[in-house]
Amino acid sequence: MTTTIDTPAPVSAPRPARRGHGWRSARSAIGTIPFFGYVAVFLIIPTAIVVIGAFRAPGGAFSWVNIKALGTSTVIGAFVSSVVLSAVTAAIGAVFGGLLAYVLVTGRPGSISRRIVTAVCSVLAQFGGVMLAFAFIATLGQAGMISNLLRDWLGVETTGAYLYTVPGLILVYTYFQIPLMVIVFLPAVDGIRAQWREATETLGGSTWVYWRRVAGPLLAPAFLGSLLLLFANAFSAYATAAALITQSNPIVPLQISGAITNEVNVGHADLAKSLALGMVVIVAIVMWLYALLQKRTAKWLG
Amino acid sequence: MSAARMETAGAGTAAIGTVASVAPAHGVLVELRDLRRSFGTVRALDGMDLTINPGELVVLLGPSGCGKTTALRVLAGLEDADSGRITVDGRDISSVPTSKRDMGMVFQAYSLFPHMTALQNVEFGLTLRGKGSAERRRIAGNYLELVGLSEQAGRYARQLSGGQQQRVALARALAIEPKVLLLDEPLSALDAKVRVQLRDEIRRIQLELGITTLFVTHDQEEALAVADRVGVMWEGRIQQIASPAELYTAPVNKFVAEFVGLSNPLPGTASEGAATVLGQRVPLLPGSPQSGSVTVLVRPEAVTLVPGPDSAVGTDARSGSVAGTIVGTSFLGATGRAQVRLTDGTLIIAQIASAEVAVLRVGETVDIRLEQVPALAVAPRGA
Repeated sequence: MTTTIDTPAPVSAPRPARRGHGWRSARSAIGTIPFFGYVAVFLIIPTAIVVIGAFRAPGGAFSWVNIKALGTSTVIGAFVSSVVLSAVTAAIGAVFGGLLAYVLVTGRPGSISRRIVTAVCSVLAQFGGVMLAFAFIATLGQAGMISNLLRDWLGVETTGAYLYTVPGLILVYTYFQIPLMVIVFLPAVDGIRAQWREATETLGGSTWVYWRRVAGPLLAPAFLGSLLLLFANAFSAYATAAALITQSNPIVPLQISGAITNEVNVGHADLAKSLALGMVVIVAIVMWLYALLQKRTAKWLG
Repeated sequence: MSAARMETAGAGTAAIGTVASVAPAHGVLVELRDLRRSFGTVRALDGMDLTINPGELVVLLGPSGCGKTTALRVLAGLEDADSGRITVDGRDISSVPTSKRDMGMVFQAYSLFPHMTALQNVEFGLTLRGKGSAERRRIAGNYLELVGLSEQAGRYARQLSGGQQQRVALARALAIEPKVLLLDEPLSALDAKVRVQLRDEIRRIQLELGITTLFVTHDQEEALAVADRVGVMWEGRIQQIASPAELYTAPVNKFVAEFVGLSNPLPGTASEGAATVLGQRVPLLPGSPQSGSVTVLVRPEAVTLVPGPDSAVGTDARSGSVAGTIVGTSFLGATGRAQVRLTDGTLIIAQIASAEVAVLRVGETVDIRLEQVPALAVAPRGA
């Protein structure tokens, strides 16, 4: 007969290992202090100021005045324009950027064309502001290169005035939205394996079946996530619109700028905070949805 | 094959359920004739011929780039042949698209649809065949049971081990009841223990279902263990196709002899159906040169070592044999290997019982004796 003696488990784990682990954690935490300091100064504190300021009257007392101002036709119009501008440019960017990403993936991995396109997209996705506005004015403005060519060769007169409206902004924003889509969507398309298509075929499925039942559902979360990221990118863009549109404030970032710099009515600074609060809420919702979709994509294609 | 027989056969593996409810396949004849396929200047298939008999499991074995995977993909319709003909059950399917070829395929790895559970993966092909929900579920459940994964039916690919994923892939391929099962190195991404286990399960299931199967691998042990016949491929053609035993004992050329198992290339002189090697006569296999200088490919297990006069373990040297010095030994389980260097620098590997290997010492002198096992002789290098 065999007798088994239970050995009591040690009361505590070896301390030196714990201490080492704790020290490593502490060192890692110290290294992140500059980052969190930066985030606190330039994100958390300004957000807190915006949130608090949106509910304060000029005298400092609690007030719904600024929030109520969000219901005026001008502000609602600006939010509608911003949402339409962001949604349309996000949709255009997602469709064309998505197609470009797919074309890149179907080519030879590491090919020169792929490296060139991804490098160019990385640059163009960050290209905005005065530089971008000037590029479009110099190309499509009243005396722009293409405008001149159209006039001289085809007799088509164009003032380029549309560039200074919301539809013009749509055209300009797609310039950085499409490359941004390529950059953020490419990893997901790269994650699609050739074996899935081949397995679908051997099981009796057509190309349509593959896209509808396999690749489509797999890429949908990443596609929608990228679409939301593009929406947020356009929604919060300011410099390009500010450089192009100087006579009115048709979108929310320009409204905020106008409210801050309004020298006639000092109380408009608090309206800017309520407008900013509206933007924060919309972007927060969008980014929350984006995070949810990214989580799902990482599970499937990671 | 009867359901009762399948149940009996399945009972031997504890982890696997009975397979009575899985429809047995009716093996079909597959013929590949004069298949050619080039990628640029590389000839992946160079007039390949292959016949797979109904219910037979043929393994294509060869080094990377020999054309074995291309052959399988051409049969599946995933690659187009430049020329040649493929028939299944007498019907020419050369121009039939993959989706209409009725072949189940298991890939190397990562082929499960990650957004579907194991059950949904197995149901996928059945859905495309218009099966109703209840029937799909029943059939898919049966095949998951066949591969021993009923309990994991609701898990996604990321929640399954590599071996389990490959079993689901096998169930998915079989659930559509294909005419032919194609296995493209299905075990290569698995660790050694799981590989052996799944290899045996694949063979068991293939025998139970009687499905005509083409299995591609570069692992000779795997090939010899599961195949009815093994086709050794090189340079786009099958060099030899035979039963594992015949392939090993009677290779038709130097490539097959050297690729399948180990061999010692030893210089000799051929005459009258035998060759004189290391002072001893060794019978030659058909196809060997009948006269002149040859290189005889002697299997390590055909070499025995007799401790020499200086050995500490005894003296039993035979006249006429050649002496050598032990330069290394290795333990392989039931057997072991000893490396012996001759005075002219030739290195000979002997595969002998572990107990014999254990008493050998590096630097010890031994006499080398060759068994009277027929060996293949080829023209000497440079001839």
